[in-house]
Amino acid sequence: MNDIQKNELKVIALKIRNDIIEQVHSAKSGHPGGSLSIADIITYLYFREMNIDPKNPKAPDRDRFVLSKGHTCPALYAALAEKGYFPTELLKTFRKLDSILQGHPDMKHIPGVDMSSGSLGQGISAACGMALAAKLDNKDYRVYSILGDGEIEEGQVWEAFMFASHYKLSNLCAIIDRNGLQIDGKCSEVMSSEPLEDKMRAFGFNVVVIDAHNFDEIESGFNKARAEKEKPTVIIANSVKGKGVSFMENIVSWHGTAPSDEQYEAALSELREVK
Amino acid sequence: MLKEATRESYGKALAEFAEQYDLYVLDADLSEATKTKIFAEKYPERFIECGIAEANMMTVAAGMAACGKTVFASSFAMFAAGRAFEQVRNSIGYPHLNVKIGATHAGLSVGEDGATHQCNEDIALMRTIPGMVILNPADPVEARLAVKAAAEYYGPVYLRFGRMPVEQILPDDYKFEIGKGVVLRDGKDVAIVATGLMVAQALEAAEILAQQGINAAVINISSIKPLDKQLILDYAIKCGAIVTTEEHSVIGGLGSAVCEAVSESAPCPVVRHGVNDEFGRSAAALKVLEHYKVNAAGIVEKALEAVALKK
Repeated sequence: MNDIQKNELKVIALKIRNDIIEQVHSAKSGHPGGSLSIADIITYLYFREMNIDPKNPKAPDRDRFVLSKGHTCPALYAALAEKGYFPTELLKTFRKLDSILQGHPDMKHIPGVDMSSGSLGQGISAACGMALAAKLDNKDYRVYSILGDGEIEEGQVWEAFMFASHYKLSNLCAIIDRNGLQIDGKCSEVMSSEPLEDKMRAFGFNVVVIDAHNFDEIESGFNKARAEKEKPTVIIANSVKGKGVSFMENIVSWHGTAPSDEQYEAALSELREVK
Repeated sequence: MLKEATRESYGKALAEFAEQYDLYVLDADLSEATKTKIFAEKYPERFIECGIAEANMMTVAAGMAACGKTVFASSFAMFAAGRAFEQVRNSIGYPHLNVKIGATHAGLSVGEDGATHQCNEDIALMRTIPGMVILNPADPVEARLAVKAAAEYYGPVYLRFGRMPVEQILPDDYKFEIGKGVVLRDGKDVAIVATGLMVAQALEAAEILAQQGINAAVINISSIKPLDKQLILDYAIKCGAIVTTEEHSVIGGLGSAVCEAVSESAPCPVVRHGVNDEFGRSAAALKVLEHYKVNAAGIVEKALEAVALKK
């Protein structure tokens, strides 16, 4: 990735952060913190990594994406809209009656959403099923799934990790968004899942740790995942919850709170100033 | 006539229809008991062992279905509908994926394993999921046909099978259709609406009632959802009293479904027969069924109550 390409990604990520704030403000509800923390990774996935075509969202051989931490769908919806799956104007309808953009991803109605998700712990299992289906059919498509570091407290996640490793799902790339916060406080205080690197290695994963807001590291992480031919890969992405909006960064209460009108203006003007 | 547990018919049917419907089968370390082993031995490359992890299994099935596969995911009813309820609801039901849940060891007839494994709540749970089809076959012939129908149908289906061997009661050329009930014996005094292994008991009960001068109809409702509402309403009007019978709690299952249908369109007395609001216990299957009066004698008692309620 050269500097021009990197800058393009930065511009898109900024647009996605802007769209996240727009959606959550317009809905007067939603989850800005964890959406902002995955904005760079989701940008990289949709604009550089995944083999997808917005004109053909159901192409059988496309790469799949499952947002296991489904509550952060404002990031996903923004990426899908910016990629051209549906008009960006639709983002204003987020969480409103009659909108396809439900509070959590709905595969039946949103073009480009490969799996309905939102009940924590389930998306990663669905991603395992997809990766297994690819292997059974001798297809090359890859499956990506983003989990939260709070989400991995769900027991089902570890059932899925066992399964992925047992069936050598090397076409599966799980990304754990390690922003360190969950609804009731710091993950380390609510229910620690550390040492995560050791746990993932013990579960048979190829483990890659990156800075979730550095495109060089993101690229290198996904390249390492692609190069792995035996094991499933987990990218542990060290991130900042609320990244990009200074007053939301690392603050627990921005998990699931919409900004007021003033906060909305402040957030947008901050994002405008980034260059 | 054939005598086998409907779980056995299930395993055989999976193997029989594997290629015709391009089936994949998942199990959670119970293939020996659910009889999916019959399929696994014939088609090892189509069988996915998921280990003792039902939540993951149901959602893996959903992921495979999202990639175009027709998947049967199997476990005991207790774990398929009970433990994995929320996975079935959110990852299979909500996206309406093509996953069939093959639940064996339903009801009291599990026998010796006792209350922890005797699932009398699964129909109630599954009935609340929008778009879920629920099939509860009465005998080996119908079990095979239910598997075929589920494979042909696109969308989530919950199939309920038993552990205990049961006699074939339906003819070899029986016609099975999702959403259709079948009158096995006509009558005018009371309609016994039965499902699963209680269908055989209902036929026996009708014989006993005939000796007492009561002419009972017997209707097989193997498709609990969608329910053949019209047939039930017709018999509510014709007989003026209904007894429902199921190897399941009287709360939330066939009895509730029939009450809902009848009370809204053709009210008549409905007496529910099944497992009362209590847990099961250990003993040989027939002993447990007898203890809880989940048998022909129990149906007769309830039928007489229903007839007495007619005005």
